[in-house]
Amino acid sequence: MIPRRMAATMLAAGVALGASAQSSPEAEIAKYREALAAGNPAELWEARGEDLWKQKRGPKNASLEACDLGKGAGVVKGAYAEMPRYFADADRVMDLETRLAHCMVTLQGFRFEDATKRVFGAGTNRSDFESLAAWITSEARGTTMNVALAHPKEREAYQLGEKMFYFRGGPHDFACATCHGESSKRIRLQDLPNLTEKAGAQLAYTTWPAYRVSQGELRTFQWRLNDCYRQQRFPDLKFASDASIALTTFLARNANGAAFNAPAIKR
Amino acid sequence: MADPMRIRAAERDGVVNVKILMSHEMETGQRKDASGKIVPAHFISKVTATHQGKTVLSAQWGTAVAKNPFLEFNFKGGKKGEKIAVTWEDNKGETRTDETTIN
Ligand code: HEC
Repeated sequence: MIPRRMAATMLAAGVALGASAQSSPEAEIAKYREALAAGNPAELWEARGEDLWKQKRGPKNASLEACDLGKGAGVVKGAYAEMPRYFADADRVMDLETRLAHCMVTLQGFRFEDATKRVFGAGTNRSDFESLAAWITSEARGTTMNVALAHPKEREAYQLGEKMFYFRGGPHDFACATCHGESSKRIRLQDLPNLTEKAGAQLAYTTWPAYRVSQGELRTFQWRLNDCYRQQRFPDLKFASDASIALTTFLARNANGAAFNAPAIKR
Repeated sequence: MADPMRIRAAERDGVVNVKILMSHEMETGQRKDASGKIVPAHFISKVTATHQGKTVLSAQWGTAVAKNPFLEFNFKGGKKGEKIAVTWEDNKGETRTDETTIN
């Protein structure tokens, strides 16, 4: 496949890219991001997500408006900044995507397998999860990250996530920490965020979901972890699995105190 | 049917700033799918913006414009409360029009 042209939108935006060959790729990407910030296509997903939330769907012909994201049924504002969290009705710690799947099953009557058939979209085959996550997270923009770890199961998830972050394995004997445990490193052309430092952990977590320009898609945190599992040469990370939720809990909690700032835009 | 556009229009000192996000695949016709077949070209070829029925922007586009395009432009003479309408048409003849109120 031929990769998509990164600079193309700038033509439409009337911004010339210029042939600044000396400047670093990171600086160019930063400039590109800045030019796009005013028109982040993530908004298209946000609009679809808000519609989806209100649409009556599934065997029970119900909307998701009664879904409890942790702050009470139907409360969306700021909910993402406190997730993952423990949900007594499911007796389980859940991240946003897992909770949405839960609500699609309990409120709308979908079977879990049907609801989660397409968790990552491609082109016009869109994922409801990506649209819903775009809208719900946009309703937490500016909210301070506050993952409480008040419940024993939340603490358990955090500890498991921490263990997984440092667990080395696979054909290359990689851990997450192998790529994300030191500052100022990069792989290929990408800067590797140091997720073991407060600032790095905060910046990374608070900027997902994001519109991935190279894919032309809105991607969620489950997708981010999935792609890093692939880079780590680990088996596929199962959507809504305890492993994915534990890692998310670990990374979300480490971002506590920072203002949530997504959907963002990434290369 | 194509998804709605997101249009914002704000007037300041007699100049209206318009920002438009369009949902479109913008296929170049140069990519191949997993089975090696060319993905057919599919792109917005024409964009028109009108203010109270009068054309303020008209553009011809091709495959160099990215997926989910963002377009921003300014024009003079619009007032708060007036309407802006934007229409795109693609190479397959599909079209979409959305409008917004200047604020
Ligand atoms: C082989 C190296 C490698 C391994 C191992 C790896 N990652 Fe990554 N990770 C990357 C790269 C490269 C990026 C940035 C990709 C980009 O810029 O597109 C990234 C990005 C991220 C981000 C987003 C950062 C941001 O600011 O957008 C998070 C979060 C993350 N990784 C978490 C993890 C976790 C958790 C693991 C372990 C399961 C892991 N990574 C394992 C290479 C790796």
